[in-house]
Amino acid sequence: MIKLKVANAPHVGTRDNVRAIMIDVLIGLIPAVIVATIVFGVKALLLSILGAVIGELLDAFIVGVMSKDKRQLWNGSGAVTGLLLALNIGIGTPWWVLVIGIIFALAIAKHPFGGLGQNIFNPALAGRAFLLVSFPTYMTGKVYLRPDAFTSATPLTFLADHGHNINKLIEVWGSRGKLYWDLFIGNVGGTLGETSALALLIGFTYLVIRKRIKIMIPISYISTTFLFALIGWLIKPSLGDPLFHILSGGLMLGALFMATDMVTSPMTPKGQMIFGIGAGALTYIIRIFGSYPEGVSFSILIMNGLVPLIDLHAKPRIFGEVSE
Amino acid sequence: MIGTFKGGVHPPAKKELAKDKPIERMEIPDTVYVYMVNHAGAPAKVVVEKDQEVKTGQVIGEPGGFISAFVHSPVTGKVVDIKKMYHPITGRPVDTVIIQKTSDDEWEFLEGHGDYEKMDKEQILDLIKRAGIVGMGGAMFPTHVKLSPPPDKKVDTLIINGAECEPYLTIDYRTMMERTDELLTGIKIIKKVLSVDRVYIGVEDNKMGAIKKLREKMSSEGIEVVPLRTKYPQGSEKHLIYAITGRKVPRGGLPMDVGVVVQNVGTAVAIKEAVVDGKPLIERGLTVTGEAVKNPGNFIVRIGTPAKFVLDHVGLKENVERVLFGGPMMGIALRDINIPVMKGTSGITALPAKVTRSAEEMPCIRCSRCVMVCPMGLQPYLLVKLVQKKRHDDAAAIGLMDCIECGSCAFVCPSKIDHVRYIKLGKTVYKALRGAKR
Repeated sequence: MIKLKVANAPHVGTRDNVRAIMIDVLIGLIPAVIVATIVFGVKALLLSILGAVIGELLDAFIVGVMSKDKRQLWNGSGAVTGLLLALNIGIGTPWWVLVIGIIFALAIAKHPFGGLGQNIFNPALAGRAFLLVSFPTYMTGKVYLRPDAFTSATPLTFLADHGHNINKLIEVWGSRGKLYWDLFIGNVGGTLGETSALALLIGFTYLVIRKRIKIMIPISYISTTFLFALIGWLIKPSLGDPLFHILSGGLMLGALFMATDMVTSPMTPKGQMIFGIGAGALTYIIRIFGSYPEGVSFSILIMNGLVPLIDLHAKPRIFGEVSE
Repeated sequence: MIGTFKGGVHPPAKKELAKDKPIERMEIPDTVYVYMVNHAGAPAKVVVEKDQEVKTGQVIGEPGGFISAFVHSPVTGKVVDIKKMYHPITGRPVDTVIIQKTSDDEWEFLEGHGDYEKMDKEQILDLIKRAGIVGMGGAMFPTHVKLSPPPDKKVDTLIINGAECEPYLTIDYRTMMERTDELLTGIKIIKKVLSVDRVYIGVEDNKMGAIKKLREKMSSEGIEVVPLRTKYPQGSEKHLIYAITGRKVPRGGLPMDVGVVVQNVGTAVAIKEAVVDGKPLIERGLTVTGEAVKNPGNFIVRIGTPAKFVLDHVGLKENVERVLFGGPMMGIALRDINIPVMKGTSGITALPAKVTRSAEEMPCIRCSRCVMVCPMGLQPYLLVKLVQKKRHDDAAAIGLMDCIECGSCAFVCPSKIDHVRYIKLGKTVYKALRGAKR
């Protein structure tokens, strides 16, 4: 007699799986790694590879040694965290600082919460925040304003140091057009992965085509920062126009790749919109009023913490529900 | 304009396996096994005895309650046994009449059948009831009950469900292509019972042949054929009504709350056969398909025919992993290949392991796809969590009982979470707890 398998419906399903999603995110980050290598040299490539490899190995080590949930082994999420953290440090940061950051990200921010899918804060951003407060000199020192102008400032730190007057920055650069073009293609100082909006958008487009992205988040995030910058610019033009603000700093990297982390963002389109608006507003507020020149990491971390609350209230409308 | 709804998924349709195979009448097996649970509601009561001779169409089970249905002998022969046998939907043993065929069909037709135009509503409803007709799309809800809305519900629209959104299945398509005239008569009968003028047939736009054929025959009769976007679960009653009329059945409500009655294509044909020809529901069209079937096709099969008999007819491949009653999205996996065909069995699908869903469940990574595809606007991931934590009241508050169990969430889940299993379990426990509180 034939032995039949009894299982629950549906009996067919997507061939997709967690590992495939993580691999796609890694692929989506490749353009940023390429630009980082061109702009900052081969050390950027080595740091990226180191981050991904150490991340995945450490993740597997923690799961293998401490967790009973062996299904989580080798799913690629450790590599994503490691690579994202590598793209969030400057070229002057020593490799061992990166490794410490990854250890914090995985051993403190991710696995104690229950591992894959359970952490509240984006592990890579938690790692970055940890490094920012623990190794401020390594994280912010010795970076390029431009590759040919060796100073200790990115466009945003330069602005913060010069009373938020964008005209001084344009003066240093030569022309407004050249500044914006360099910001777009990535020919500026900054962390490894944040400089090139173009590279990030290419990788992001790949993820959108592969349906790997909660699309509402980057849309609401970027438009909110744009809107806030527009208001600021109209009040005081030297604060920088909206285009400058969405092209500079970690905004693209943050909005496209960090805020969209599936685990640490809301589950409904409505919630994702609230999340994006909150992060976008906080980013601009921190940049202009905060003591840090850059607000992306902390904005996203703050919003990560609010996700359970957002999920609780931003419910979808049930089919046939009577509107109140 | 092509009607549709929000959410839903696009599983591989695989209709090509059987869609060009004309309906064939399958031979009658020597022994049939007829469940007294061949409908939703109370089980029927056996009214024959062991060793009794029965004719084709003779009543062997009478309704066991208001929501229940007559059951008839599908063959001419002798009752060889009446015993409890495992039922794949209830999961429990139910009364089953086992009949051995002794001769060719000797019919016992329904009394009073004939020209429906000369009958009044009550006569037609009585024929439908005595014919044991139930919803043949799969739900098996007694049709005479569905066609008798209480007087306070004003029904103005009839929708004939020809969406057939379930992958692999093609019997509704073949019925619409080959039995168009019978379908039209069936629709006219239902129209008369409900006294409605507005009639639609909803058909997914991957069946353009059927849409064209139906339009040729039906447009002049005032029946509007509505093409629907091909998307699962387009054939769900609530979503079909919404796509065609724009009306939303309220939460916890029924189609009649928005003035609509929905009937499946196969049910309409069965109504014609009962009222005009006097034939009780003792056979049905079904699709036998799947990659593990050698010669897929569409057949008319007697109720009570063991699945094995049907599969032997088409040939089962060695690589079969599971056999389903229904299609791959909502079908029930049979644990035993001898389980007999029921009134709601729209297909038998045999699948090899290479096409079926893996069961290796991973942790939820909160990708939110289940929320995006849920046609009911629910949060399947959260329902699963709440059921796992035994917080059934909280689950009910966010729509546990609204789930239509279409499986779209589990279909798209990259972590292979069995949402439907948890939700079904949650519903059962919630109902039991609520019952206990009363």
